[in-house]
Amino acid sequence: MQIKEAPKEYDAIIVGSGAGGGMSAYMLANAGMKIAVVEAGSFFDPKDPATMTQMKWSYESPRRGASTNRAFGDFDMSWGDWKVEGEPYTNKKGTDFRWWRARMLGGRTNHWGRISLRFGPKDFKHRDVDGLGENWPISYEEIKPYYDRLDKMIGVFGSNEGLANDPDGFFLPPPKPRLHELYYIKGARKSNVPVIPSRLSILTKRINKDRGICFYCGQCNRSCSAYADFSSGSCFIFPAQKSGQVDLYTDCMVKNVTTNDEGLATGVSYINKKDMGEYQLKSRVVVLGASACSSARILLNSTSKQHPNGLGNSSDHVGRYLHDSTGSGLTGFVPALMDRKVYNEDGVGGMHVYSPWWGDNSKLDFPRGYHIEVWGGLGMPAYGFGFDVESINKYIGASVGGYGDKLRDDVKRFYGSIVGLSGRGESIARYENRCELDEDVLDRFGIPVLQFNYKWSEYERLQAKHMVDSFEEIITNMGGKVMGEKPGKDKEYGLLNPGQIIHEVGTTRMGNDPLKSVTNKYQQLHDAKNVFIVDAGPFTSQADKNCTWTIMALSMRASEYIIDQFKKKNI
Amino acid sequence: MDRRESIKNILLGSALAGIAIGSQSCEPDLEETPINLEKPKGYGRTPFEREHDEKIANSPDFFSADELSAIAALCDIILPANDEVGGAIEAKVPDFIAFIVKDLPMHQLPIQGGLMWLNGESQKRFEKAFVALDTAQQLSIIDDIAYPDPKKESTTLEPGRVFFTRIRNLTLTGFYTSKIGIADLGYQGNRANMWDGVPQDVLDKHGLSYEAEWLAKCVNQEKREEIARWDDKGNLLNN
Ligand SMILES: Cc1cc2nc3c(=O)[nH]c(=O)nc-3n(C[C@H](O)[C@H](O)[C@H](O)COP(=O)(O)OP(=O)(O)OC[C@H]3O[C@@H](n4cnc5c(N)ncnc54)[C@H](O)[C@@H]3O)c2cc1C
Ligand code: SF4
Repeated sequence: MQIKEAPKEYDAIIVGSGAGGGMSAYMLANAGMKIAVVEAGSFFDPKDPATMTQMKWSYESPRRGASTNRAFGDFDMSWGDWKVEGEPYTNKKGTDFRWWRARMLGGRTNHWGRISLRFGPKDFKHRDVDGLGENWPISYEEIKPYYDRLDKMIGVFGSNEGLANDPDGFFLPPPKPRLHELYYIKGARKSNVPVIPSRLSILTKRINKDRGICFYCGQCNRSCSAYADFSSGSCFIFPAQKSGQVDLYTDCMVKNVTTNDEGLATGVSYINKKDMGEYQLKSRVVVLGASACSSARILLNSTSKQHPNGLGNSSDHVGRYLHDSTGSGLTGFVPALMDRKVYNEDGVGGMHVYSPWWGDNSKLDFPRGYHIEVWGGLGMPAYGFGFDVESINKYIGASVGGYGDKLRDDVKRFYGSIVGLSGRGESIARYENRCELDEDVLDRFGIPVLQFNYKWSEYERLQAKHMVDSFEEIITNMGGKVMGEKPGKDKEYGLLNPGQIIHEVGTTRMGNDPLKSVTNKYQQLHDAKNVFIVDAGPFTSQADKNCTWTIMALSMRASEYIIDQFKKKNI
Repeated sequence: MDRRESIKNILLGSALAGIAIGSQSCEPDLEETPINLEKPKGYGRTPFEREHDEKIANSPDFFSADELSAIAALCDIILPANDEVGGAIEAKVPDFIAFIVKDLPMHQLPIQGGLMWLNGESQKRFEKAFVALDTAQQLSIIDDIAYPDPKKESTTLEPGRVFFTRIRNLTLTGFYTSKIGIADLGYQGNRANMWDGVPQDVLDKHGLSYEAEWLAKCVNQEKREEIARWDDKGNLLNN
């Protein structure tokens, strides 16, 4: 097969247009660099009426929003989920990692939860605290200026609380709590669990003339047509295009980074999905932002005489230390929330309050913490609404079962009385937990796929136990009853599979020692100075926070380093 | 800007943004976005999803005509029309069930088997198929399977209970996701609005109130249109 080469050379090629790649494209283009953004998914704009799902009614979908084709329901704005047609992955026997991929411009930022939390000082140096994992080669103080700029650039609501490990920022004002959230505040405080306004990248107030303000439809996971929530397309890619410096290649799946005799990158090779032909682009710098596992895969598939083990992989660390957040949860029925007056409480597309980690791990039987997310309320009914509603009667000693007007009454009495608590916590990064190439299996582009090998340890299981114990206590404090069975030891306390929380990080971790890390603290490969990674691969460790705000702060920092080095002709 | 102006603005803003055309040309300035009052057709499908929908639409019904009429009879028992509101039949729930079993085939066998069970039980008791029974006869069977077993010992009715639970669930979902059902439930959302806290009468009823300290942090909707400004320490200056 003939590989077609484009004649011109870019200053930089950015692979992937999600949180990390989008930020880098924005920074580099605005600094005057000529760039190509190569994205495996199709073009997507949140306000394109042809693909938009925001403000659709459940009955506009024949399946009423069921998850037949989209894991989080028909209206969720993700093209692709844990399964992507023609793009398999495998698991080592006895393990079960789930890999989410969104194949669209903007990647997962089109439907993500917008929970935008900074990591705290402790999170960058956690080995100093408990002797586990590895410290980051950078500190909070070094990242803080980038978080500050990010807050203002994108917009995030929240509140300055002066907490030691949940830093303050430049917040927009948060929305007022909903009714079930007021109950949660009371219930949590009774157990000395702090509750503060949540921190979501949604515009409750104008930050510029280009983006709209939230009109409280509660549907951020459908992507906001007013650009009032953060997605990489609306906030990075489209504004970057205005500079005239960006060539956008959508539906182009990067296979590998090409290198020269000195082992430096010369560009990328990709498959164009429209004609299934292989093409090459040339550039002085290659920036990988394809997501932690995808970028690791590209590196591992980029073998050459100079990089026989894959690009950047002389240390055999590419793909290692893969770690996701932990997750478990409980659902509660709160009798005080029965027979509610019905009013519009859609609010923003996410919780209005949350609990940052409050515990002292030196007194607990597991390391690292988690935060609590709260859900509930008078939402729009979709597929699944009303399932087993009559069975709730058992919690109030009323008759279960039935049909007709009694059933109708049940639906109305119990509407809005269910509250869910979810824990999202920090796991320990481990050398053994990894993704590597499965040479036996190819995707539809003929590219070897990833094989995962990831197991939780007792640390994560005990943390999940603490979650469900705390949630049971809080639900009880709210006057509620835990619905279903509280998961015990046999069910690993409800601990979800790795990959299910979709915060995978660590596959190309940063460090000062090239034998123990893949990139330096500027996210530059130790083995090839003109290759950078701007997704969550370089994370040395997770935190009890979601990872994306940190991906973007780090990508901004790495991008400024790229601009500086490019201008100095060091790369 | 006063509050009413501001509401009008967000209503306009969303409508404009929602129906804007020329998506490729990312013209995010709301004022300048061209208005296209034609509502786009469909519900935002990808080509793959459109194909899936077409395949289902063009495939024959999974259920026979007899089975479909039994399903309709059950839907009507589960959520009949009453003086105030239409029922499952008016909300076209049987059509929804006919669709969903093709979309989610996991429902097929349990429903088909359940209908066989129901007809078997009808034959046993009254020597007729379920749809041929009079209302009292139908309900005498339904009353045995619509509630959990009080003595927890009869196993012969258990398959009927499991089946009825499934049909009840699908009927509830089909109804309350329909236009009629959503109106009946009273859901008020899915429209542009301005959330400004729990209504006072609701707070009162629950014996709750917002703490002054918490409220002080929250958005002042009167000033939402003002571009945010902070001091060096991150204090918002114009909320
Ligand atoms: C439902 C959901 C909710 C979430 N909620 C939150 C939250 O509330 N807070 C939070 O912090 N995080 C959240 N996350 C996680 C968050 O979405 C990710 O951390 C973030 O998007 C990662 O950014 P990224 O740039 O690394 O990857 P992505 O956003 O996944 O973007 C990667 C892009 O690269 C493209 N790509 C991949 N491989 C190739 C290739 N070979 N060639 C070309 N292009 C390629 C992909 O198609 C994709 O567009 C959530 C995720 C999901 C799915
Ligand atoms: S809740 Fe607000 S930001 Fe989110 S999609 Fe709706 S209008 Fe947009």
